[in-house]
Amino acid sequence: MEVYLDNSATTRCFDEVAELMTKIMCEDYGNPSSLHRKGVQAEQYIRYAKETIAKNLKVNEKEIFFTSGGTESDNLALRGCAYANCRAGRHLITTQIEHPAILQTMKQLEEEGFRVTYLPVDEKGCIRPEDLQRAITGETILVSIMHTNNEVGSLQPIEEAGALIKRMNPRILFHVDAVQGYGKFRILPKKMHIDLLSVSGHKIHGPKGIGFLYVDEKVKIKPILFGGGQQNGLRSGTENVPAIAGLAKAIEIVYSKLDREVEELYQIKEAFVEGVKQIPDVFVNGHPGRDGAPHVVSVSFQGVRSEVLLHALEDKGVYVSAGSACSAHKPQPSATLQAMGIDKELLGSTIRFSFSAFTTMDEISYTLQCLYDIIPMLRRFTRK
Amino acid sequence: MFTAFLIKYAEIGVKGKNRYLFEEALVKQIKNALKRCEGRFEVTRTPGRIYVEALSEFDYDETVDNLKTVFGISGICPVVHVEDEGFEKLGQDIVKYMDNVYPEKNFTFKVQARRSRKNYPLNSMELNVELGGVILDAFPELKVDVHNPDVLLNVEIREKIYIYSETIPGPGGMPIGSNGKAMLLLSGGIDSPVAGYMIAKRGVKIDAVYFHAPPYTSDRAKQKVIDLAKQVSRYTGPIYLHVINFTDIQLYIYEKCPHDELTIIMRRYMMKIAEHIAKETECLGLITGESIGQVASQTVQSLAVTNEVCTLPVFRPLIGFDKMEIVDVSEKIGTYETSILPYEDCCTIFVAKHPVTKPNLNIIKRHEQNLNEKIEELMQTALDTDEVIVVNYEG
Repeated sequence: MEVYLDNSATTRCFDEVAELMTKIMCEDYGNPSSLHRKGVQAEQYIRYAKETIAKNLKVNEKEIFFTSGGTESDNLALRGCAYANCRAGRHLITTQIEHPAILQTMKQLEEEGFRVTYLPVDEKGCIRPEDLQRAITGETILVSIMHTNNEVGSLQPIEEAGALIKRMNPRILFHVDAVQGYGKFRILPKKMHIDLLSVSGHKIHGPKGIGFLYVDEKVKIKPILFGGGQQNGLRSGTENVPAIAGLAKAIEIVYSKLDREVEELYQIKEAFVEGVKQIPDVFVNGHPGRDGAPHVVSVSFQGVRSEVLLHALEDKGVYVSAGSACSAHKPQPSATLQAMGIDKELLGSTIRFSFSAFTTMDEISYTLQCLYDIIPMLRRFTRK
Repeated sequence: MFTAFLIKYAEIGVKGKNRYLFEEALVKQIKNALKRCEGRFEVTRTPGRIYVEALSEFDYDETVDNLKTVFGISGICPVVHVEDEGFEKLGQDIVKYMDNVYPEKNFTFKVQARRSRKNYPLNSMELNVELGGVILDAFPELKVDVHNPDVLLNVEIREKIYIYSETIPGPGGMPIGSNGKAMLLLSGGIDSPVAGYMIAKRGVKIDAVYFHAPPYTSDRAKQKVIDLAKQVSRYTGPIYLHVINFTDIQLYIYEKCPHDELTIIMRRYMMKIAEHIAKETECLGLITGESIGQVASQTVQSLAVTNEVCTLPVFRPLIGFDKMEIVDVSEKIGTYETSILPYEDCCTIFVAKHPVTKPNLNIIKRHEQNLNEKIEELMQTALDTDEVIVVNYEG
C-alpha cells in the first residue's frame, strides 16, 4: 500500500488540472503579450484565473499578481514593501516560526539596514497579540505573520492581529503567508485587514512553479524583478499560462467542496491523533484538535530518531516528513519546534504527518498499524 | 591548431619483456577515455611512443581533461602537424608555432630535431642549427640554451612533420588492467574513494562493495555512494558495485555483543562478506581507506583484529596518510564535494560513545561465539540479496 502523508511538502496534482495544462501547453501555447489571436487566447486563461481568485478572496482582480510560488510571493511582499516604504520607517515585525522564505528574506533585509522583531510563540505554536502590540513602534512599516504553520499546523490569530495593527497605525502593512492555510480556510483579506497575501499552487493540488501574491491596491510596493513590464510592471516575465490556469482550476475544485473536505480532514486528523496516542511516550505537538490546522499533525516519538522512522515507514510505503532534518553530521533542529520550547531530546524525534483530499481512513489505519509495528522495534535499537 | 597528442609514459617503459602488455593496456584505456570526447581519433603505437591523432574536429580542453584520467600517462604533449613542403616552409611553420604558443618572448630555448624519415635532406644536427637560426632571426629577443632551456622545441620528421614543446602532466601510474582486480570497501566517506583511486593508479581494476542499513541509512546515502563510485570510475573504468543489506547482521551483533565492540565486530563481518564476494568475482585483494589511528576501529590493534578474518591481502594505501593529505587527493579527483554530503552511513548509526580502541582478539572471538546461532544464515541472506550496480562515468 502506498500512503502519501507529506502533503505539507507538496500535493498530488488533480487530474483535471494536469489535463487542462497539457491542453494549454500543446494547443493554446501563445504568449499572452502577443497581439495576434493566439496571444489573446492565452490571455483569456489569465483573465479567467484572476477572476476566479478575486472572487474567492472577494477582492479586485487587479490586486492579483502571479509569481513562481510561495517563496517568490514572500520575497516580493517583504522586499517590495520594505524598499517602497523605507522612508516611513525601517522596522519590520514577523514571528520566530515563519517559513525560511520569510525568515531568510528578513535576514537579508537586516543586512540592508532594516530592523526586525521576531515574535515568540507559546507552547502550542501561536503568537500572543500582546507581544505584537508591544513590538509595534512608530518606525514599524510592515508586519508579516503566517496563517498556518507548516511544521505543526498551528493557526495564528490573523484577524485579531490585523485589527490590532490597523488600530495602532493604519499605515502599517500586514502581510500574511497563507501557503499552508489557503485551500483549507476561507481567507478574506479585506475583512481580515490583510494587505498582502502569499499563496502557492502545489500545496492545493495545483502545479509547482506557480503562486500568487494578493496586493491591496493602496499598498506601495516596488518590483524585485525587472524586464518586459508584465503584470502592471510589478512582476516582469512572460506569464506561466498553463500553470496559472492549473492553479485557478485547483482553487475552483478545492473551494467547491471546502466545508465537506475540511470536515473529513478533521475526522482523519482526530482518528490519527487518537490512534497514535495509543503508543506510549508519544507527544502530539501543537493543537491536536480543531484549534489547529486540519491537515498537519506533528508527533514526537521518544527514543526514536525521526530520520530512521521516516525510512522505516517509507519501507512500508508510507511517506512522511521529519519534523526537523537531523543527521549525525549536521544537526539542524527545527526553529519552530525550538520556539515552541519542545524538549531538546524530542527535537530529533519528531515526524510530521500531513493529509490531503486524497487521504482515506484506510490509509490512516494502515499507517497506524505500521507505527505500532515499527516503534517498538526501533526502540529496541538505540544509540547507547 | 593542435591536431595530435604525443603520449609519454614513464614507468611502463622499463618493464622488460612484458612491456607490450602494458602498452596494449594503455592504448586500450586511452581509447576508452577518448570515447567520452567529441570527435574521432586514431591511437597508434610506435616503438616507445603512443600518438593520439584527431581525425575530425575535436574539443581540445575536453580531450586533454580525459587523457589526464588515464593511468600510465606521465605526460601529454599537444602536437602541431605540418606537411613537408620544403625547409623554407618548415621554418615559417616553426616561427608561427613559437609565436602562437609563447606570446611573451622572454625565455631560452633549444631545438631538438629527430628524423625517422632518413631521406630528409638535412640530418638532425643540421636541423637543430638551421631551425634555431630561423627562430632567432624572427625573434631576436630569444636566447639559445642547449643545457637547460626553458623551452625544448621538438621537431620530428615523419610522413608529416610533428612540432611540440609543451608537456601537460598526466596522472602517472600504470594502465588499468595491467595488474589484476581488487575489491574496494566503499563507504560514503572521504577516504575509501581515495583508496580505490590510489590502488587503481597502480593498474588494478576495481570492483566495490557498499554496506547499507535501511531504514537507518537512506536511499540518498546509497545514491551518494553510487555517485562516488561514478567519480572514481572516471579513472578506473566501469565498477561493479555490490550493495549489501547489512541491517539484520548489525542489529544481531547489537543485541548479542558488548556495545563497545559493536563497530570492530561489524567490521570483521564486513571484511568477511567483502572477501567472499571478492573471491567469487576473481578479485585478488581487498582495498580499504583505513589510516592508522584515525578512529577507534583503525588503531593498530583494531586493524590487526579486523585483518585476522581475511586470507586475501588487504591493501590500505592511505595507511600512513594524515586526514588533510587524504582530503587533498579527494579534492583533486573530485570526490570531496560528494563525500561531505551529510548522510548517515552504517558505521555511525549505533556507534558507542567509547568504543574499544585496543581490542583483544581472543576476547572478540569469544564474544562472537554469541552470534553462532544465526550469523551464518544472516550472512548468507545478505550475500543472496547482493544488488549489483554497474557504475560508469560517461560525463
